[in-house]
Amino acid sequence: MSQNDKKKRMTAKILDNRQIATNIYEMVLHNDEITRATMPGQFINLYCRNESKLLPRPISVCETDHNEGTMKLVYAVVGAGTKEFIELQSGETIDILGPLGNGYDVNQPVKEHIIIGGGLGIPPLLELTKRLRGKKKIVLGFRDKLFLVNEFKRYADELYISTTDGSVGEQGNVIDLLNRNDITGDMFYSCGSKRMLKAVHQWSIHHQIEGQISLEERMGCSFGACVGCVAKIKRQGKQWEYKKVCTEGPIFFNKEVVFDV
Amino acid sequence: MCKSLQVKIADVTFKNPVMNASGTFQPRECADYVDINQLGAVVVKGISSEPWTGNATPRVAETYGGMLNSVGLQNPGVDVFLQEELPYLEQFDTKIIVNIAGRTIEEYCEVAEKLQGTSVEMLELNISCPNVKEGGVAFGTDAKMVEKITGQVKRHTDKPLIVKLSPNVTHITEMAKAAVSGGADALSLINTLLGMRIDVHHRQPILATKMGGLSGPAVKPIAVRMVYQVANAVDVPIIGMGGIQTGEDAIEFILAGADAIAVGTAGLTNPTAMTEVLQGIESYMDQYNIQDINELRGLVK
Repeated sequence: MSQNDKKKRMTAKILDNRQIATNIYEMVLHNDEITRATMPGQFINLYCRNESKLLPRPISVCETDHNEGTMKLVYAVVGAGTKEFIELQSGETIDILGPLGNGYDVNQPVKEHIIIGGGLGIPPLLELTKRLRGKKKIVLGFRDKLFLVNEFKRYADELYISTTDGSVGEQGNVIDLLNRNDITGDMFYSCGSKRMLKAVHQWSIHHQIEGQISLEERMGCSFGACVGCVAKIKRQGKQWEYKKVCTEGPIFFNKEVVFDV
Repeated sequence: MCKSLQVKIADVTFKNPVMNASGTFQPRECADYVDINQLGAVVVKGISSEPWTGNATPRVAETYGGMLNSVGLQNPGVDVFLQEELPYLEQFDTKIIVNIAGRTIEEYCEVAEKLQGTSVEMLELNISCPNVKEGGVAFGTDAKMVEKITGQVKRHTDKPLIVKLSPNVTHITEMAKAAVSGGADALSLINTLLGMRIDVHHRQPILATKMGGLSGPAVKPIAVRMVYQVANAVDVPIIGMGGIQTGEDAIEFILAGADAIAVGTAGLTNPTAMTEVLQGIESYMDQYNIQDINELRGLVK
């Protein structure tokens, strides 16, 4: 395999880029090759134009349309890099790399799925929800303003919604929703903050439900070269070892992950 | 006429002067992006006598035109390297250099000894990593220690030894001379510069270890200056690195006196950077009708 056949940074055309909630934006990109290769739970790197900002911004893929060759990303403005992204207009291009990481395992023999997302952990669960077969219970926790709820509704057998301030849906978080509604199933899939994932982990142990979770860690390259983004993963014979979230994750089975106190 | 990119360092011939900087290239992952057969050499990330866990996260932080890292030489140890990693690397048509790390002189010597009789072409002595509590830069910032450890490791290997120098010193040439008098066959520089970033909103350092190593284009002028100083102070070959992103950046190091160059951070932000640097060097040679890359070495006086 020569250098010409290798993966590389590519250009994507921006079809849409707009705000959908407080500090949260949606970007639609066109790139046939990367879209077709992307599985639910995978992410791509977005690169800034300002060359003083070297590192990529790894963003999870929310939805893919293989016919159109488009993918939807939902991102929050967290710093100078993402601030640059919100200024990008339809018709402009952006450098991307991907798809990166491993997606969810959707081939487990499961009848009842529980999909649990919190805040910015919600968007990456949409494509997964579309592709899962069986009964789907969807549990979403927002801070205040809702986003993507109509999209999830289309594929949900049961949909539970909370907001921290109680302005829409139930007041509280995803754990409150899980407990108050006695939600059970055979497998859960979760994405959200570390604090939320730890709480979901404790809930799952109590109810003995196995799950797949998406971990987040500050990344350098996002493709396995720098060994910057690691998480403690249980290992046979050892207590745990650091594994790379970008290439060995970001999806891990819940039982493998060590949640630090 | 066909131009030559071949360079020779301590009797080892490299097909071209482009290699990776240790710790920025995981061969299995990077092989998806880089044709490893095109590289002058692959430099394996720091290997110690036992497996090292590495530091807590966050391990990386972006800086203006650069980045900080504090990985802490996470590695599987020399035994696993020999069983699992070396056979993988042997399939490629390139030279293998192993960066060796330790907490004590004995640990460095043990790794060097275990690499005896293998396909590894050269060793690179890591006495400049700022991210480990013991060993690392503690050995690399004291000239007497540099000479001593270089001499000791040399006694445990018959492979050419590169000593990787830390820029976190007052006089880089003193360290270079100490390494050479200890028996270094070549020098590589620079390792990262000790730096720090603070998150002003949370009022705490971004890195879990508070401080880490600065790399990327922001450090390039310092690296070029140090390569120039060292090239004028000692007579051993030099592998120059620090912020190289393009072929012209690489040429800058060669003009300053480097025999070969390494690409580090650029390969993290652009996974195909190494082969692009190689192409850039060739374009520069074409542009100025240079037949042999060695003609350019140390041209700037």
